[in-house]
Amino acid sequence: MNRFETAKDLPAMVRPAVVDLLFRMADDELIIGHRNSEWTGHAPILEEDIAFSSMAQDEMGHARAYYEMLHELGEADPDTLAFGRKPRQYRCASLVSLPKGDWAFSVVRQFLYDTSESVRLAALSESTFVPLAQLARKLRGEEKYHLMHGRSWVARLGSATEESRKRMQTALATCYPHALGLFEPTEADEPVAQYGIGLRERELKAQWESAVVPGLQAGGLSVADNVLPVYGGRVGRHPAALTELLDGMQLVYNIDPTAKW
Amino acid sequence: MTEAVWTALRTVTDPEIPVLTVVDMGIISGVRITESGVAVDVTPTFSACPAVALIREQIVEAVSAACGCEVIVRIVYDPPWTTERMTEEGRRKLKEFGVAPPSKACVGDRINAAVKASTTWSLEHIPCPFCDSKETELESIFGPTLCRSIHYCRGCQQSFEHFKPVE
Repeated sequence: MNRFETAKDLPAMVRPAVVDLLFRMADDELIIGHRNSEWTGHAPILEEDIAFSSMAQDEMGHARAYYEMLHELGEADPDTLAFGRKPRQYRCASLVSLPKGDWAFSVVRQFLYDTSESVRLAALSESTFVPLAQLARKLRGEEKYHLMHGRSWVARLGSATEESRKRMQTALATCYPHALGLFEPTEADEPVAQYGIGLRERELKAQWESAVVPGLQAGGLSVADNVLPVYGGRVGRHPAALTELLDGMQLVYNIDPTAKW
Repeated sequence: MTEAVWTALRTVTDPEIPVLTVVDMGIISGVRITESGVAVDVTPTFSACPAVALIREQIVEAVSAACGCEVIVRIVYDPPWTTERMTEEGRRKLKEFGVAPPSKACVGDRINAAVKASTTWSLEHIPCPFCDSKETELESIFGPTLCRSIHYCRGCQQSFEHFKPVE
């Protein structure tokens, strides 16, 4: 299969699909990063304050790397993409938009999300779009630590006390349909697969499920059969929580978008 | 000329770990002399590291002062930074500073990929930088900066930091 060394080498047929894919990944990272930063100063213990703050920092850094790649592909500059769009223009899945909830909710969400990211980045490490493959390999090494964190807490909290088990199971029941929405099929699927940019969403979903189930079992947690996915995020239909989040996140930027920092 | 660039780079230190130079850390992945000046490639330890912007500025400053020409710094992800890139000198200085150098346990194929991804084994029993005991425990995967984890030594009963390994 042909390899594409730079943004300029991407054929016009696949370009919009790569742009769509990058927006989905960048927006997921930006929004879950913002949600995780809401634990800064509020987590139940100091180590977790540091953990969620560090993961937020990683995720925002990764979002910036994707926005920079989008800029190379002719989109606006990274700040404008992060702060200057209307809610409908974001392409994040509903999972990342939901309010941070209790700590069990954030732990479960992070575990489901990080596992999806690990299968996505593994696939993209083999991408024919060389800059994306290089970036994916880099980010994989960093995300490893998020997965370690998520898996160890799912195992611990799932089997600690009656209260913790109940909270984890409730969080899982709420998160799971939204987590399935991470793999909402889009028009980009076929071109992405045909040009060897990445895998189809349904293929990623199958890999994700086989990685998620053992992690949940380690904490004695289970998912009901035939859960229906919550779709819409990938085409700009979001829960009201995203609008509220963006109102806060964009407030200062919108006062003067041309201000120099 | 190339040697002058490397000499200048050996004066630029990591703002978060001031005993380490960018050369010790192994983040310089390329130096090229071009018609218009000098091009330096930097492969960051962690992509979201907030120190990268400052390191870039300091490289421009040091190298342009040494060479009197235009300096362009590119942030690259290929080759990616890995534990192996840190020099022996860098590992020694880091330990003297009180931060355990990145564990080499995660490098190689001794443990299968599934285990590698799923457990904290690569962060267990990190030798204490103060007393060299391996009777240490992982306290937190995340530390004061993205590249550091926190551990506790049962030998000398002190907490210490460890530079996280990256494959």
